[in-house]
Amino acid sequence: MAEFLMPILGADMSAGTLIAWRKKPGDVVKRGDVIAEVETDKGLIDVEIFVSGVLEKIVVQPGQTVPTGTLLAIIREEGALETAAPPAPRPVAPPVAQPEARVVVPPVAPAPAGRVRISPLAKKLAAELGVDPSTVEGTGPGGAITGEDIERAAASARAAALAAPRAEFDREARMRQTIGAAMARSKREIPHFYLATTVDMDRAMRWLAEENLRRSVTDRLLYGVLLIKAAALALREVPELNAVWRGGQCLQSNAIHVGVAISLRQGGVVAPALHQADRQSLDDLMQNFRDLVQRARSGGLRSSELSDPTITVTSLGEQGVESVFGIIYPPQVAIVGFGKIVERPWSVEGRIVSRQVMTATLSADHRVTDGHRGGLFLAAVDRLLREPGRL
Amino acid sequence: MTGDEIRGAVLRVLGEIAPEADLSTIKPDVPFRDQLDLDSMDLLNFVIALHEALRVEIPEADYPKLATLDGAVDYLTTRTS
Repeated sequence: MAEFLMPILGADMSAGTLIAWRKKPGDVVKRGDVIAEVETDKGLIDVEIFVSGVLEKIVVQPGQTVPTGTLLAIIREEGALETAAPPAPRPVAPPVAQPEARVVVPPVAPAPAGRVRISPLAKKLAAELGVDPSTVEGTGPGGAITGEDIERAAASARAAALAAPRAEFDREARMRQTIGAAMARSKREIPHFYLATTVDMDRAMRWLAEENLRRSVTDRLLYGVLLIKAAALALREVPELNAVWRGGQCLQSNAIHVGVAISLRQGGVVAPALHQADRQSLDDLMQNFRDLVQRARSGGLRSSELSDPTITVTSLGEQGVESVFGIIYPPQVAIVGFGKIVERPWSVEGRIVSRQVMTATLSADHRVTDGHRGGLFLAAVDRLLREPGRL
Repeated sequence: MTGDEIRGAVLRVLGEIAPEADLSTIKPDVPFRDQLDLDSMDLLNFVIALHEALRVEIPEADYPKLATLDGAVDYLTTRTS
């Protein structure tokens, strides 16, 4: 049997609301299938499963908000014995310690029963469910509180706890709150260092203009795709930046999954992954980037896209920003920033010429690497962008 | 197509790209980017949608002509006539 848990879709997620099941008990599920929709502060997320088998039992029902790591469903894995008894469903602790974890349904310590008339069974139930009997109206003989009264009160308290955050905060406020918590944690725990370099973008922009001239409207490239590909390829040369920090150590990733920062119309930002970005052609990267932006803004990101990034790339050039020094998104160890492309006087072999240039930056974790290696990474980005035809 | 039909098509496409926008308040001579906070991906999707709706080829060099509602209607009227 395998447990299907509420996923952790980034350092800033502590809970999610199960919106809908895409499969029902008895359905066959395959690794990679989307089997549930979960609402988080980042929007509606399609949650994939990473084992194949049969959906044995659904534990959490649509509408319930539960902490990350909570058991949502039980999967009978392919090859499992037909006679195997399913384990008792139980909420499990999040696999990663979440200092900012929010408890969605805070237990309320029961007050002493005092003179409240309550049966021993109901009193025990009240203690288990965290219900204060003095707040419950009894429907038993002589107004005594019954077990049913306690269960009803507990259900009502759960519903109120779930509804309250929604009433108090809109999505933008909640997203801002969670981003703030993740970034505060990052600045507190990660010893950042920052580097910047000026990249000559002349060849890249000329190459792009010529390339797009030959392409139909639907096949054109954006220069942002060149930046993503250059960063991904440069990571092959400085692989320690393509990693996550877990359990007090740096775990390098063999695959380069670039998280691309996408601003949302309702406010906030997400940075879902373009998987294996270094291996994708520019055409594939463009198509997948376009699809990713569309889904990030309209709903429908996949859970793997939020949990897999091994580095983040952010570009604020279109907003007129010349340099961006990002805050690392834990558990990643680096973030790359690209600024506005501007025309500047540039010295070439002793002559002053006009060039399109851009500031590329790196924020990196000093526990993992240092300025020398970071400088090599930025130099590689610069070199790769000077040879756009090879991207 | 008439200018009104093209204007309607442009606004319909804009509504798909920026569903939160109140299209009745769009100023016809102010760039979409400034009014609707569009980025380069939005503008690319805008051009692709116009290309598909009106069956016109739009060279990249002409993108600046589509920056405002009036500009887009003028440009597309010429291209479709």
